[in-house]
Amino acid sequence: MTEVSMTVNGKAARASVPDNTLLVDFLREHLRLTGTHVGCDTSQCGACVVHVNGRAVKSCTTLAASAEGAEVTTIEGLANGELHPMQAAFKENHGLQCGFCTPGMIMSATDMVARYQAAGKELTEEAIRHELEGNICRCTGYHNIVRAIQDGAAKMAAG
Amino acid sequence: MYDVTYHRATSVDDAVARLSAASEGQLLAGGQTLLPTMKHRLAAPSDLIDLRGIADLVGVRVSGRSVTIGAMTTHAAVAGNAELAKVCPAIVKLAGGIGDPAVRHQGTIGGSIANNDPAADYPAGLMALGATIHTNRREIAADDFFTGLFSTALDEGEIVTAVSFDAPETCGYAKFPNPASRYAMTGVFVAKGGDGVVRVAVTGAGSDGVFRHEGLEQALSKDWSSAAVDGVSVSADGLMSDIHCDAAYRANLIKAMAKRALA
Amino acid sequence: MTEQGIGARVLRKEDKRFITGKGRYTDDIRNERQAYAAFVRSPHAHAKVTGIDSAEAEKMDGVIAVLNGKQLTGDGIGNLICGWAVNSKDGSPMNMGAWSALATDKVRYVGDAVVLVVAETQAAARAAAEAVVVDYEELPAVVHAVDALKDGAPQVHENAPGNLIFDWGIGEEAAVDKALSGAAHVTELEIVNNRLSPNPMEPRSAIATYDEAEDHYTLYTTSQNPHVARLVLSAFYQVAPEHKLRVIAPDVGGGFGSKIYIYPEEIACLWASMKTKRSVKWTSSRSEAFLTDAHGRDHVSTARIGFDENNRIVGLKVDTVANLGAYMSLFSSAVPTYLYATLLSGQYDIANIYCNVRTVYTNTAPVDAYRGAGRPEACFLVERIMETAARELGVDPSELRRANFIKAFPHQTPVIMTYDAGDFAANLDQALEAADYKGFPARREEAAKRGKLRGIGLASYIEACGIAPSAAVGSLGAGVGLWESAEVRVNPVGTIEVLTGSHSHGQGHETTFAQVVAERFGLPIENIQIVHGDTDKVQFGMGTYGSRSGPVGLSAIVKALDKVEAKVKKIAAHVLEVSEDDLVVENGEVKVAGTDRAMAWHEVGLAAYTAHNLPAGMEPGLKEGAFYDPENFTFPAGTYVCEVEVDPETGETKIIQFVASDDFGTIINPMIVEGQVHGGIAQGVGQAMLETVVYDEEGQLLSASYMDYTMPRADNVPSFVIHHHSTKSPSNPLGMKGCGEAGAIGTPPAVINAITDAIGNNDLQMPATPPRVWAALQAASTKIAAE
Repeated sequence: MTEVSMTVNGKAARASVPDNTLLVDFLREHLRLTGTHVGCDTSQCGACVVHVNGRAVKSCTTLAASAEGAEVTTIEGLANGELHPMQAAFKENHGLQCGFCTPGMIMSATDMVARYQAAGKELTEEAIRHELEGNICRCTGYHNIVRAIQDGAAKMAAG
Repeated sequence: MYDVTYHRATSVDDAVARLSAASEGQLLAGGQTLLPTMKHRLAAPSDLIDLRGIADLVGVRVSGRSVTIGAMTTHAAVAGNAELAKVCPAIVKLAGGIGDPAVRHQGTIGGSIANNDPAADYPAGLMALGATIHTNRREIAADDFFTGLFSTALDEGEIVTAVSFDAPETCGYAKFPNPASRYAMTGVFVAKGGDGVVRVAVTGAGSDGVFRHEGLEQALSKDWSSAAVDGVSVSADGLMSDIHCDAAYRANLIKAMAKRALA
Repeated sequence: MTEQGIGARVLRKEDKRFITGKGRYTDDIRNERQAYAAFVRSPHAHAKVTGIDSAEAEKMDGVIAVLNGKQLTGDGIGNLICGWAVNSKDGSPMNMGAWSALATDKVRYVGDAVVLVVAETQAAARAAAEAVVVDYEELPAVVHAVDALKDGAPQVHENAPGNLIFDWGIGEEAAVDKALSGAAHVTELEIVNNRLSPNPMEPRSAIATYDEAEDHYTLYTTSQNPHVARLVLSAFYQVAPEHKLRVIAPDVGGGFGSKIYIYPEEIACLWASMKTKRSVKWTSSRSEAFLTDAHGRDHVSTARIGFDENNRIVGLKVDTVANLGAYMSLFSSAVPTYLYATLLSGQYDIANIYCNVRTVYTNTAPVDAYRGAGRPEACFLVERIMETAARELGVDPSELRRANFIKAFPHQTPVIMTYDAGDFAANLDQALEAADYKGFPARREEAAKRGKLRGIGLASYIEACGIAPSAAVGSLGAGVGLWESAEVRVNPVGTIEVLTGSHSHGQGHETTFAQVVAERFGLPIENIQIVHGDTDKVQFGMGTYGSRSGPVGLSAIVKALDKVEAKVKKIAAHVLEVSEDDLVVENGEVKVAGTDRAMAWHEVGLAAYTAHNLPAGMEPGLKEGAFYDPENFTFPAGTYVCEVEVDPETGETKIIQFVASDDFGTIINPMIVEGQVHGGIAQGVGQAMLETVVYDEEGQLLSASYMDYTMPRADNVPSFVIHHHSTKSPSNPLGMKGCGEAGAIGTPPAVINAITDAIGNNDLQMPATPPRVWAALQAASTKIAAE
């Protein structure tokens, strides 16, 4: 067992967990933050994406122990108010159907927009599609996810 | 995942000590390959020694054309390094094409080369760049470091600390990703040094892992152009066949990717 | 159309919980003292089970029980069944082999469940499962259906000699042979329809809880049809009696067919919950999903189509071998027969069609319906052979199609179906116009200058949705009726709950169904709640598959709304002292037409429940139910155009544009319908270019993870261009046709027609991966050189 402590969605979280506990299991089973999902076991689907110290990572491929002291943000803690602009954009552009991949998509989307805006690069449709390499959706055909991210990026830039 | 004891090493020496004290110890770098392998119960180390807390192992230093990349530098950090992009854009592009954004935020150059996956990108880059791999004990030329599928010249208890190379006059990398895994189905790194020496390394294709392609090196030494690549006959012997494609297709990709790398 | 009514692009009511991480999927639920299950699965494709030693596992920390197939059958748990009986041509019944939820004597595919371990934690369950020692005597395996039919092939089930499940036919063979022998031109094609893994992003999961005090079971599960699950679990598998079993399918993360079926895991977990008196939870890993979720497609066919001297089709003859895997899954027999061969007429007027289908056991995962289910296989065959014929005949593929389109409705095909409505030429024209078909030669020339090979391909698809009527499917062997039920409850304050037997797992029913109610009564959709997915709340339902929720599920709601409206008018007429015939319901009021006299909607609701002033003899309350059994299938149709560029150096194919023109009849919410088409097209692109399940000759699954099974990603597809040209279905009250599967049906042939057009070689099977396209290009250039 190992003692882990981190900040999750702005709140201190501490627990004693088996050393092999993955960050996603810590979030889902210990903190009962079940918005972060597990859709594969080879680190490809992206349903588990959360932010650790401001960067998108796959929480299914991160040990809870190695996130010691980190600032973790999950889909439940993304909004600073009712909805984050990217969450609103997913709804307004019908960027989700079954909703299972959606938390990971949104967490990846906000990460990519932040990186592109920081680097002053244009987030084109082609760039969005490329950046989504690590997020798989089976429902939407990605069409409206791309629209949502374009819209979300504009909303984030505006405010 | 089987039970494991987690350690956070504070220094390279601390990591070595913890590794030697463990019955079946394993170093944990970015974990992007090791953790999935452990989840599938295909690896069962008794102890994991996490190198993430060792600040000395992180960072890119560019001095003139001389480049040093700390072993625990993430792919994202390499891909986003503006100074490195000026002297060696191909390695920046290579790093930016590994895995996906979330994987690049955690995966490291040291972890990648120590694992030496036959479809990984860095081995081709480092071999073509004639890089030197620095460990806690010695320096190893890339040509000698990569010794076969998932195998390297590293001894027990030896830890990669950095890689260094002199940025060549010109270089390029192109990979054809496996459509499923997005690893390299074939990746070709071409480099021409200031002395005119050409090195071409191929990943993803060889049954024995990364290798240098003599035919392409000879042709490109004479004529650094895609026309020269056209004239080279690339044999399918010794190339991999799997459910995704056969050796003949990989042989074709070596030429196609070499041309793209030159472009 | 109102702002929230039929035809409005209403944003989804259900989205908020999903975008904030508050969705409630099965694996998100954790009961008190939750125990966890892990399965010991066969590592062999075919073997006798000669011994099971659980002693070591039973002693391990946290282990509650280790259970095997002999105990399961000993407790009277029945075998899994196929619910649709299909007879061979000679009248003999299909040869259904026994399938126990936990294998007893033999395992028949890699992943076949053998032992169930229940433990205090998931880790303990997995560790103990590893410690169970199963002795196997390996047997030779067979993985391809064509091989399984050969003499001397390994026998998968003893009661299916030669691995043949049934040898079925439809149509008049002699008439087709005669037509083909007199044809001016005959085109032949061999077609492989590749095996696919459905891959909803949420893996299957089940939480079974036995309540000892009440002698009652609750099962949370990832199901597209919880009532059917309950029926089958009780009536056939005898796990629990129907009135003692509640099945809840909460938020479900996609299904695509794979969550229709009742799998061994749900049965075993329910049984284990009774054995252990604990709540037992199992969640599939993606690796387990690849091994055990029912696969789709896997046909090998030969087809011959004949034309007269005017290029009119005279006959089509098809021979198909369909791989059903190691066991017959719930609807497996219907997919390659009634959902496939009945669509072989496509959009064309074909007088003579014959199709022979042999279904076959192999040592692979069971095969059943996957998005489209039989119809993609039919469409691919018809649209590939039409394109091929056009090339052979030297006519424009769009014109060969147009010349053979059915133009008058209803149209009786020679393979059962009666098409009720459509305007195929209108969809074709719309698609060609949107794709600038006329401008293609110039684009091809421009691409050639850049060293790229550009191709264009069409597919004019038709499908049959809302499988029905019940009496008809019953006569064809279906074990269930295919109606739908609904209940509309108007509360005393006027808010409405609609209970539906349809199940939403991404389709947006909570929004579209509410729109229909909103339109009907002029109420805001916020006042309407759609309730589904719980057998304790909804009386009965057949669930969601086969694009049936609109044409069948909504029709049941409409029928219930009719009854509500009738009662509302009676009450209002009584209160307002007018004739019912003078009343209209609009804008949330029951109004005397042409006057300002009205009762507000909520006043009618209150009147119904206070019952102070109801017409004589009227029961209080305002709640109506309905069962709707359709009179016919519906027939969505359309034309898709795909344009690609191939890099001849590598065979890489890029889709430059993809245009769809669909006829879905009435559309409730265009935004949601477009989303369904987008997703279907992506899955169709997946089948055409990326996805395939690969077993080696020993029956080991090689495409067992996302490392080796290529899921469509965002950069594999372009943005899509979606158009509609609708004719209403005359077969249901709203005129709907269904839109869930069209994309997956029409896309694969459009893509392959485009790629083969680009490379000048028609010999290309799916998935058209870069290596295959490159090899086809090499073969084409070799052929040209030889000529």
